[in-house]
Amino acid sequence: MNPLIQTFLSGTWGTLALFGVTLIGCLIGGTILAAMRVSPVPILRGAAAAYVDVVRNTPLTLVMFFCVFGLPYLDIRFGSTAGMNSFVLACIALTAYTSCFIAETLRSGIATVPVGQAEAARAVGLGFGQVLGYVVLPQAFRTVIPPLGSVIIAMLKNTSIASAFNNRELISAMRNAIEVRGDIVIPLLLATALIYLVLALGLGRVFAYLEKRMVILR
Amino acid sequence: MSAPTQVLFDEPGPRARRLNVILSVVSVVLLLGLIAFVVWKFSDAGQLEYAKWEPFTYAVIQQTLLAGMWATIKVAIVATILALVVGVVFALLRLAPKKAVSLPATLVLEVFRGVPVLLLIFAMFLVFGNEIGSFWSVVFGLTLYNGMVIAEIIRAGILAVPRGQSEAAMSIGLRSSQTMRLILMPQAVRAMMPTLIAQVVVLLKDSALGFIVTYQDLLYQVNAIGRSYNNLLPTFIVGAVLFIIINMVVAAIARYLEKRMSQKTAATTAPDKGTD
Repeated sequence: MNPLIQTFLSGTWGTLALFGVTLIGCLIGGTILAAMRVSPVPILRGAAAAYVDVVRNTPLTLVMFFCVFGLPYLDIRFGSTAGMNSFVLACIALTAYTSCFIAETLRSGIATVPVGQAEAARAVGLGFGQVLGYVVLPQAFRTVIPPLGSVIIAMLKNTSIASAFNNRELISAMRNAIEVRGDIVIPLLLATALIYLVLALGLGRVFAYLEKRMVILR
Repeated sequence: MSAPTQVLFDEPGPRARRLNVILSVVSVVLLLGLIAFVVWKFSDAGQLEYAKWEPFTYAVIQQTLLAGMWATIKVAIVATILALVVGVVFALLRLAPKKAVSLPATLVLEVFRGVPVLLLIFAMFLVFGNEIGSFWSVVFGLTLYNGMVIAEIIRAGILAVPRGQSEAAMSIGLRSSQTMRLILMPQAVRAMMPTLIAQVVVLLKDSALGFIVTYQDLLYQVNAIGRSYNNLLPTFIVGAVLFIIINMVVAAIARYLEKRMSQKTAATTAPDKGTD
């Protein structure tokens, strides 16, 4: 196979791997943060609010800088190879950053669920965790599918920042390709843009479908 | 927004109160444990020794950090102004009545909005880098991406102004350019101010990407100082605090403007959700 195409294929795979792992991580992290922010324990509410405020106001580059160069100082390393290590660290940074935005989106979704829902749930004897898990969050998730989609598409584009921290993904594939073939810089740039566009548009279609099937308009 | 979140749980009774206290204590212990672990590891790595922090008392280092901070702010300011211009132009192009104008504009907008801003910065740097340098590469990259996002924000704002406004303007004899400039634009910008400022904060945060194309911004200087004095973590913490301060200031300005704007009449930007 053409070595250029191979480079781009492995780059696309790297981007998708970063995206997939981060997607799962930030949905879990965002849900936990959102749950903490509405929980009856004041300290959990404060901790989550402080975390969201600080990390949301920090550039992702800085978050990733800290995770990739800082966490090794704390003896936190993953995997046997350097490539694996920087992959996991980049995923942690992306998850830590995106979780804040997911949490904020979910919180606005929770606010749109009618008060009567939670009141009825409590009236039949559900505890806080049950109210949130069975009644409020499922509705909140379905209400915020459109904004959640833009957060997740932004995250897909943010995976490009991992290229500066020894990760193999589309941008670093493009830079490798440009080093080999300096004569076709512009076609290589356009090819990279095209792959990102296809990925972003595909993701947009997925969310449009989910929205059509599941969204609750309020 | 705070009212509905308060009703997810009842006023705690004796058992719930005891449980809450226990949970509070446990979470405090966990948080303190985490902080203690981080501090312990830092001191283990020798990052908390006075020698590592001493460089920040040097005038040279302070000046370098301030220069980096100014470089970051400069990029953000120039890119914001250019992005606003690009945003207004593209919003108008997309709203143009002629398909021949609005269709290409839509296409260009979707392309630049759909790719990572880093790719745009790289493209500027690789294609024009020799002529325009890293500063303008970062500025143009940020402008292209954020300009398109701002164009969409302004367009949504203009579309949200009630139809009667433009109809009334037309009926008293304003031309369509006058209607846009005198009637629609002021209302749209006022209604969209919070979203616009949020996008400026995003732009400011993205300006940290300049470090990747060797623009000597705050993060670049943090990296350089950290490597030459072997105190990466302390420098990082100082840099992060500076970054967060800049962003918090912009966010505070945003809140202030939002409050001021909300006192005046503004077009509704979303279908009324109705408050419980």
